[in-house]
Amino acid sequence: MAEALTPATINLKEAFKSSGVAEILETLDRELIGLAPVKQRIRETAALLLVERKRKDLGLAHDTPTLHMSFTGNPGTGKTTVANRMAGLLHSLGYVRKGHLVSVTRDDLVGQYIGHTAPKTKEILKKAMGGVLFIDEAYYLYKPDNERDYGQEAIEILLQVMENQRDDLVVILAGYSDRMAKFYESNPGFRSRVAHHIDFPDYSDAELLHIAEMMLDQQNYTFSPAARQAMENYISLRRTQPHFANARSIRNALDRSRLRHANRLLEADGDVTTDMLSTIEAPDIRASRVFAAIGK
Amino acid sequence: MKVTQGCFSFLPDLSDDQIAQQIEYCLKQEWSIGIEYTDDAHPRNTYWEMWGNPMFDLKDAAGVMMEIRECRKANPDQYIRLNAFDSTRGWETVRTSFIVTRPKNEPKLDMTRQDVRSRTMNYQMSSRR
Repeated sequence: MAEALTPATINLKEAFKSSGVAEILETLDRELIGLAPVKQRIRETAALLLVERKRKDLGLAHDTPTLHMSFTGNPGTGKTTVANRMAGLLHSLGYVRKGHLVSVTRDDLVGQYIGHTAPKTKEILKKAMGGVLFIDEAYYLYKPDNERDYGQEAIEILLQVMENQRDDLVVILAGYSDRMAKFYESNPGFRSRVAHHIDFPDYSDAELLHIAEMMLDQQNYTFSPAARQAMENYISLRRTQPHFANARSIRNALDRSRLRHANRLLEADGDVTTDMLSTIEAPDIRASRVFAAIGK
Repeated sequence: MKVTQGCFSFLPDLSDDQIAQQIEYCLKQEWSIGIEYTDDAHPRNTYWEMWGNPMFDLKDAAGVMMEIRECRKANPDQYIRLNAFDSTRGWETVRTSFIVTRPKNEPKLDMTRQDVRSRTMNYQMSSRR
């Protein structure tokens, strides 16, 4: 008993490693390209949470920190991916009990007629308990032009649970920066309950190329040198066109180039080699309509 | 009279922490959980009112505990029980069922005897407050 009461020294570095946090941060570093400010914020948050945990272990005054977060950024900047890692991180730090991620949008929370919204929202909340609730495009919950919109009801239930059951679940709100800013302005209740605001920057061209190569690598494909050059051009062109969604655009472009690659192989005569099966050539990428638009 | 039925009926009433632990066990078995309440705990009354829909795919007991608390608030002084349903082929039945809340004053179970033909005796149980 006396042993437990004497304040022991704690090796924070050791705790950092043994809690599995270090490992998660490392994979985050390795698998997510760019996003330096996001990684920095996550590292800081992890440090804070670890110290809080140790304070609790030593019997010092501690408060369950508010963990609700807001991820803002353009489409395809990795918000969902990071939310997934966040769930794992919070789980290994012991702030959520199960560590699963429930990803929802307005449709999953808001009902279509009176009395439909509350049970729907509650069901989602119950599923998310013990884990992380990720609300994508959260600003759709609030429609200022329609005061009878059921979104308001969902917001009220969310706020209540976010406040009263902070130990049971963590809510992450995500969306485009400007619209989220407006959303917080009109819902001060959310702003005060969300402690961590993390902004996701757009990827640079070089980062997107790196991402493209990594995506291909995961599927056992490679670029030929000419194709790599074509991809570089593609990225800088695609960025200037509407509906550019960062990494998501790249993934879609790669999916389409794989399609063309498969068709090209089918149409060609003769046998194919492993090399041919796994190499994306320049024409597969150059055939994209992104280049066609420039030609006109 | 203290009405007992279902699992743990031989034990003293479970505390909320113990209930949560039982729920954790049920969820780990991937059973879905329903909450029911009634004011008539007669042993033959199998039709209790449902509190909301049964809950599927939950990961943590906190969600169920939230519903139990709300059910208690809405139905004070009634019996509330928890059913855990196993959908595994071959089972497809309630695997666990236990009372989580009981009213302060429990109804009495009265037994009446009735003489019928020759020396036959009929017994009837009725619960009354």
